[in-house]
Order: sequence, then structure tokens, then C-alpha cells
Amino acid sequence: MWRDWVPFWHPGVSPHGEEVDLLFAGLLLASALVLGLLFFLLALFCVRYRASNTIDRGHRVRKSWHWEVGWTAASFVGFLGLFVWGAGIYFQIYQTPSDELSVFVVARQWMWKVQHNGGQSEINALHIPVDRPIRVVMASQDVIHSFFIPALRLKHDVVPGRYQDIEITAHVPGHYHLFCAEYCGTEHSGMTGEIVVMEAADYAAWLAQQMPSSPLAQEGGALFRELGCSGCHGHGSKVRAPPLEGLYGRPVPLADGSFVTADEKYIRDSILLPRSQIVASYEPVMPSFEGKVSEDQLLRLVVYIKSLGGHSS
Amino acid sequence: MPEAKAFASQFVSSQHRDETAELGMWVFIATEVLLFGGLILGYFVYRHAYPAAFAAASRHTDIVIGAANTAILLTSSFLVACAVDAFSAETRKICVALLSGAIVLGLTFVVLKSIEYSDEYREHLIPGIDFNFDAALTNGAQLFFVFYFVATALHALHMLVGVALLAVLATLTYRLPSSRHRAALHSGALYWHFVDVVWIFLFALIYLPGRSS
Amino acid sequence: MNEDNYLNAGFSLRSWFFTTDHKRIAILYFASLIFFFFVGGAAATAIRIELATPQADLVSSDMYNRLFTMHGIIMVWFFLIPSIPNTLGNFMVPLMIGARDLAFPRLNLLSWYLFMLGGGVTLFAILAGGVDTGWTFYTPFSTLYSNSYVTVAVTGVFVSGFSSILTGLNFIVTIHRLRAPGLTWYRLPLFIWSLYATSVILVLATPVLAMTLVLIAVERLLGVGIFDPRIGGDPLLFQHLFWFYSHPAVYIMILPGMGVINELVSCFSRKAVFGYKFVAWASLAIAAIGFLVWGHHMFVAGQSLLASLVFSFMSFIVAVPSAIKVFNWTATLHKGSIHFDAPMLYALAFIGLFTIGGLTGLFLACLAFDVHATDTYFVVAHFHYIMVGGMVTAYFGGLHYWWPKITGRLYSEYWARTAAVLIFFGFNLTFFPQFVLGAEGMPRRYHVYPPEFQVWNVLSSGGAVILAVAYLMPMFYLGYSLFFGRRAPANPWNAPGLEWQTPSPPPEYNFDTQPVVTRPPYQYSPDFEAEPQNA
Repeated sequence: MWRDWVPFWHPGVSPHGEEVDLLFAGLLLASALVLGLLFFLLALFCVRYRASNTIDRGHRVRKSWHWEVGWTAASFVGFLGLFVWGAGIYFQIYQTPSDELSVFVVARQWMWKVQHNGGQSEINALHIPVDRPIRVVMASQDVIHSFFIPALRLKHDVVPGRYQDIEITAHVPGHYHLFCAEYCGTEHSGMTGEIVVMEAADYAAWLAQQMPSSPLAQEGGALFRELGCSGCHGHGSKVRAPPLEGLYGRPVPLADGSFVTADEKYIRDSILLPRSQIVASYEPVMPSFEGKVSEDQLLRLVVYIKSLGGHSS
Repeated sequence: MPEAKAFASQFVSSQHRDETAELGMWVFIATEVLLFGGLILGYFVYRHAYPAAFAAASRHTDIVIGAANTAILLTSSFLVACAVDAFSAETRKICVALLSGAIVLGLTFVVLKSIEYSDEYREHLIPGIDFNFDAALTNGAQLFFVFYFVATALHALHMLVGVALLAVLATLTYRLPSSRHRAALHSGALYWHFVDVVWIFLFALIYLPGRSS
Repeated sequence: MNEDNYLNAGFSLRSWFFTTDHKRIAILYFASLIFFFFVGGAAATAIRIELATPQADLVSSDMYNRLFTMHGIIMVWFFLIPSIPNTLGNFMVPLMIGARDLAFPRLNLLSWYLFMLGGGVTLFAILAGGVDTGWTFYTPFSTLYSNSYVTVAVTGVFVSGFSSILTGLNFIVTIHRLRAPGLTWYRLPLFIWSLYATSVILVLATPVLAMTLVLIAVERLLGVGIFDPRIGGDPLLFQHLFWFYSHPAVYIMILPGMGVINELVSCFSRKAVFGYKFVAWASLAIAAIGFLVWGHHMFVAGQSLLASLVFSFMSFIVAVPSAIKVFNWTATLHKGSIHFDAPMLYALAFIGLFTIGGLTGLFLACLAFDVHATDTYFVVAHFHYIMVGGMVTAYFGGLHYWWPKITGRLYSEYWARTAAVLIFFGFNLTFFPQFVLGAEGMPRRYHVYPPEFQVWNVLSSGGAVILAVAYLMPMFYLGYSLFFGRRAPANPWNAPGLEWQTPSPPPEYNFDTQPVVTRPPYQYSPDFEAEPQNA
């Protein structure tokens, strides 16, 4: 493996990690060539045409346009190649995550709180099984943070007011840095953690050994009753509210005639801003839960509603 | 250095000076366009995101005052244009009268605007201080009203600067109409028309969205 | 020495603080900028000392955050943006185009007062307790969470913005209207072209920043505003507006530097700049395309993938005119008659450092690599190569080149060369290790960091010591030359530019008779007549 031979190079361990490394190497090589050529010419001209050197300076290049067009075109073509190369990998990095195994990450000043589906939670650490794509759903409680794992060559900002999901996969078991890369206040540099990549068996053992209070969906169900959601969305309610069973992943018809897919973002927005997207043939009677539920509670509600059966499963 | 030249030494003639001053005003207007442009971009982003709330919030603005103010500003711009046209030693009194008319109209605009503000205060439409709106649309409406107050306050500030500018120009014209003052009046008028045009955009963005259908 | 010059036209404080002479205003700016440079530099020094070890030892996290914020705000708005335009530009634009002053001398003075007012307000914010948002003021941290003097600092930057706008306006109008007879656009020195492009950006981008800062102040004062995510506001809108100004601002910071390099390279190669028209139009192309690349600061922020694609493409495009310039400067050396006086050493250092900065800019424009490298020290190293390695080096180069004209004195060539070489090495030692740090994943704005990054940080801090010493040196030998330097002749470099056709220092109204231009620029004679200078 070429990367092992380069000093100070810690290979990326994600599926796109190797390609990003190759891109980086390509960029370094191209830069080295350009710089080498430039410095060679600068040095050559500086020595050859130093004032004290009596050398023939006749026949200077005067008509310059073909030189200009030449290096303009060369730069343009070179840049275009780099652009296409980088863009291709970028789309691979941020491909739509598969929904096989999800973890939820709530960022706040100045910690990462991770919730596993089974109810296991951890702070400033994320345990994942090796070679399995994990969908990370992220939300921020306060300011903008950025979820950055250098070893996976992956980073994404976590902007308050929205869910952000990315897919991470690690090929090599081990401990890796997790950083907050977007400046977030006093203890920004303390908002670090580690990603622990484990063999599948170890991961299962770790999950079992954690003492979950109860699965997330179950806690969400309790909240669902506590907050009075079940009063309208539950069976036999007098208020006519859209049923939530089997909602997840389905297209929902809206009052304005459009459709929206019921993903996590939609469910979250519907709890916080119920009247921004009104389901067709229902009255907009639901109150907003903005400011009444924290991001932690929200994600439990979302997981609960997901667990009520969905299109995808 | 020859003393008491009619124009500063970097110019070759008074005409050169006047044309230079006018170019300066155009460049200044370019910078002002971008000042309001950034704000209006923000408006469009949110209007696109919250169309219903923006329409509802727009219906809470006072279109009577808004329309009256538009008419007032257009008239004042007309007066200023006439004043530029009427500028000469013989007609300086007419010119001053036209400018004074524009100043009065400009002040009327500002007074009406402050009446509108106090109405909005009574209707609880000031975000962060006293805001009460249909709960379903309250978020988008707050965004609308933040934009509304920032844009109109900024515009009113430009109005006050413009009124002060016109007052100075009227005084100068009254005292001594010279070619130099003609150029100054020309640039001042450009500014006044610009402030007028900004208002026409703001009028359409603030008062019309909820009322067009 | 010219006995009747702008420096001895008056000695009272009034003759300085109420002057409308562009040359004296340039001196006022110059003195103010030295002050701000050392304030910002002191913050940088504290940062580098703190980062010599992985733990927190010198300052607390809050203090550290205030330090890098202060470093950023002061250096960007109170040093880099006004640096070349307001000092060398203010002094040289009328001289180089054969005018007696700028078009609006009183606006020029007002611009300096606004700058000082803005600077004063910002310094007050720093002394009163500091600002901890970073120079980027990202919402909602700056508006709803920070407990520091954000509103005051924002006000200071807002006020100084008007100073930028007035300067830009003045330059645009002056270059359009006050050129000497016969001085057509294609006879203008390229420094003027680059300042013209800079001025266009100043006039068109700064107001957007002003508006954005107003919106921040409103949001802080009301406790609610249009970037507030709690009411559905979008923090990314702030970033769009901010970078719509702040990316073009990068070109405000580098274009004047490129302009200076044209003058230096051609003077010390005794040869016209190769491909004059391409270099001239490249400046305007950079200014124009520079308005269309702001989204490359947001590749990981959550903008749409399509937007990222477009911004990445445009970012590669904007690099083309910069590449054109580098190639043209190199070609200018070909068959020249190259003299290695101090200004030329700075120019050569600029070409090298700027090229490294530009190439690493391509790394960051490259989407997939930016995902890894953005918000790390890679970015920090990249923009310091452009702004410090590029702009500050060009500033020093220009300052040495025009020093005899500005002050009428010659400095010590020996010390000037030593400083130039020391700056080059100190700079590389400071910032090259930061590329490695960034590639290995060290995030920027980190007060404490994992111990494996220490080696590179120590190298960087060591380089910073050399750099600090090198930056202090010109203070001494240039200061010395003011009082004890040999008198400068009108044209020590035997250069054809109009600014050299009048005595040093220039008389109060620049030219005793109106110059008339009949030739293209850069008509150098092959021989370099200047005598060796040893003060």
C-alpha cells in the first residue's frame, strides 16, 4: 500500500478514504510539478539574466499571445480535471445514507451525546462495528458544531434547527479522534471524543454490556403519552388527527397539493412547526412544540413514530 | 499656486470638477444598491420558505399609509426634477420653492412612517419586544417584521439624510446659484431619486404580497 | 533633496490632522496601520506561545478565543484591507497617473477619520472584555450565545467599512477622471489596474457586509432576528451574506499586492511586464469572478450538493487569472537584466509564497479534499500564505521600493536584504508545518490539542519567533533612515513611471507642471543607473 510508505501519512480508513488520499497525493504531485517548474525557471532566469552577467539579451519575445493562450489553456484544463476528480468523490462521501443501522448524535456546547437505537447512550464517544455502514443522524441543541473524524476523511456541520444525516463506515478496528471543527464557544477545543471501531462480535458484546435504561422507541412512546400526543393521534380520539402508524417513509399528501416523504426531518418539523406542512384533508389544529421539547426528547419521539411501522421495513 | 481658483487644483476646469462629482455620486449609488440588495436577498429567501406567513404578515401592514407614502415620494421626486430643470439665476426662487416642497413632502413621509410604527407597536407586531401573531404563522411573521423594520428604518434614515441634503442645497441655491451649485443639485437629486426608487421596491415587497389575490 | 515638499509644507498638528493632501493622509494611514499591525501581531505571538504545548498553560480558553478573534478582526479589517490601498495606493495613485490629488481629498480625510473611529470602537470592545466569536461572527453563536462585546466590535467594523467604501469610490473616480493627458488605460501602470479592480470590490462588496453586521446587531439587541433558528431563521443565510463580502475581501487583500509586484518585477528586470494586457484584465477577471465563489466556504455546512458543485467549479476558474499573472511575472524575468535589490527580493519571495498559497487553494477548492481539510490548520496555512506571504510581503516590497519617494531618504540596503531573507525563512517555518497539521486533522481555533500534533506546533511557534524579529527589523532601519539616511534622488531606480518624474519627496501638489504621457508604461533602459546604497 503506497500510503504506508509516506512519512506522517495516516491512511484514511473509510471507503472513500483511500480515494481522498489518492486525490491528495495527486494534488501534491501536481503542485510539486508546477512549483518545481516555476522555481526552476525563476532560479534559471535569476542566475542567467543577473545584471552582472553579460549574456545576449537580444530577440526578446514580444508577440506574447500564444504563450498567454498556452498557459491559460493548460491551467484551465488541469483545473477542470481536478474539479471533476474532487467532485466525483464528494458525491460519494455525501451519498444518501442507507437506513440499515442508525445512531443519533446530539451536539451541544460542549459535548457530543450519542444515542443508540437500543437505548444505549454515550458521551463524547461513538462505538461502531467495523465494515458496516452506519447512518449518523445529527442535531444541534444550540450553535453550529461540526462532526469531524479525520481518520474517515469525513466532516459535516451540525446546524441548529435541522437534522443532518451522513453515512460512516470504517474498515479498520481501532480508536479514532472525533473533533468539533466548527468554532462553538469557550470549550470548543474540549468538544472532542473518540470513535471506537470494533469487530462485530465485540460490538454486540459492548451493546449488551451497556445498561440501557430502555430502548429509545419505548422512551419515545412514554413521552408520546406524557406530552399528550396520544390524545389526538391515538386510537379512539375525538379529535381528527392523521394516524401515525406506518407513516415513516411514505409520501404524505399536503394541503397545497404537493407530496412530501415522511422522513425524520419531516417528523421533526411537524412536531415543531405543525402548520408549515399541513396534511391534506386535516384541520391545522396541532399546537407547536417548539421550545417545549429538547433535541434529546425530539429524537426519541421521532424514533417512536418510526417504530410504529414504516414503508421501508 | 494661483490663489482663489474656482475649482480645486486636481481638476482642469469647473466642468471637469462637476462631471467628476457626478461620477462619484453614481459610484456611491452602486454601493447603496448592494446595501439594500443584501437585505432584499434575505427577504426573498424567507418569503420562499414561508409564503403563507409572509402573506399573512403583509396583510397586517397599513397599505393606506404605504400607498400614501409612495405617492408622496413620487411627487417629491417630481419636484426635485423640476428644481434641477429650473435652476438658473433668474428662477432661483422657483427652484428654492420646489426644493422646499420636496423637503416638506420628505418630512411628511417620515412622520407618516412613525405613525405606522406606533400603530404596529399597538398591534403587537414588534419582534423581540412585543410580538403577538397567529400562533401557526408566528415564526415566519417574525422574520417578515424583522425585515420590515430593518429595511424601513434604514430607508427612513436615508430619507433624513436626503432631507438634510436638500435643505443645504436649497440654502445654497437661495444665496448664490452658480454652476458649482448646479452640479451639487444634480448629484443631490440623483441621491433623492435613488432613495425614492428603493422605496418603490420596498413598497412592493412589504405591502403587496398578501393582497395580490 | 527637494526643499519645497509636502513634508515641510507645514509643521503644525493642524497641518497634519486636517490635511487634504493625499500624501499626508497616506502617512496618517501608515502610522495607524503600524499600530494595528503590532496589536494584531501581539495577539498572534500569544497564540503561538500558547500552542507550543498541547495543554492550556498561558491563557484560559476564553482568553484564547478572544485572542484569535482579536487577531483576525484587527488583521483583516484594520491591517490587510487598508494596507496597500490606503497607504501606498493613497500616496501613489495621483503620482502615478499624473494628478495633483485624488478626486475627493476631503472624503479621503473623512475616510481616515472613519477608519480611526472604527478602529477605536473595536479596540474599546477588545479592552472592555473582548470578543470571542472569531472574525467570522457565525450565527447563532455570535447573536444568541456569546457573552462578549459582539455588538460593539461589529459597530467598529461597520464604521471602518465606510472608510473602505470611500477609499474605493475615490480611487474609481480618480482613475476614471484624473489621468494625465495621453495616459490612456493601456498606458496605466498595472498597479493602478489592480487598485481599480480592488476598488470595485470595495464599493460593491463592503455594503453587503455592512448590512449583515446590522442584522447581527439587531438580532443581539432584540434577542430575535432573521438568522435565529428558533423561529425558522437560517444560520446558513448569514454565512452566505458574510462570505459574499468576505471572499471578495480576500481579493481586496491580494490584488493590490499583485499590483505592486508588477512594478517591482519590471523595474528590477529592467523590462516591461510580459503580457501587459493579460495581466491588466486578469485583475478585473479576478474581481468579477471573485464575487461568484463565496460558497466554497460552505462545502460541509449543509448547502445543496449542486451549489457546492457550482462554487467549486467557479473557484477553479478564479484561479486561472492568478496563474496567468504568475506565469507572466516569470516570463518578465526572461532576458531581463535582473538586480537583486531588497524590493526585488520581496517580489521573488512573493511569487514563491503566493504560488504555494494559490496551489493549496486549489486543494481546498477540490470538493472531496475540502471535506477533510476545511476548518483545519490546512486552511489557516493556506490563507496565511496568501495574506501574509503574499500581501504583507508585497507591502514590504512596495514600501522599500517607494520609500525614497515617500520620505526622500535611502535605507540601508544590507539590512533590508537581511530582513527580506529572514522574513522568507521565518514565514515558511511558521506556516508550512501548519499544512501538515491540517492534513493530519488538527482543527483550527483549538486551544488544547492532542499531543501527537505537538512537534509541528513547536516548529511553527519557533518560526513565529524568527518572523516576529524579521518584521521588527524594518522598524529600525527604516526608522533610522528617516533621520540619518542619505538623501534620495528623484529617481533612484531609474524608472520611467510618472511618480519618479517629480522630486523626492514630491512637492505639495505633486507636479510643478502637468506631465503629458506619450509612451506605454515600463519603458526601461537596460542599464540600472542607481548607485549602490549604503546608509
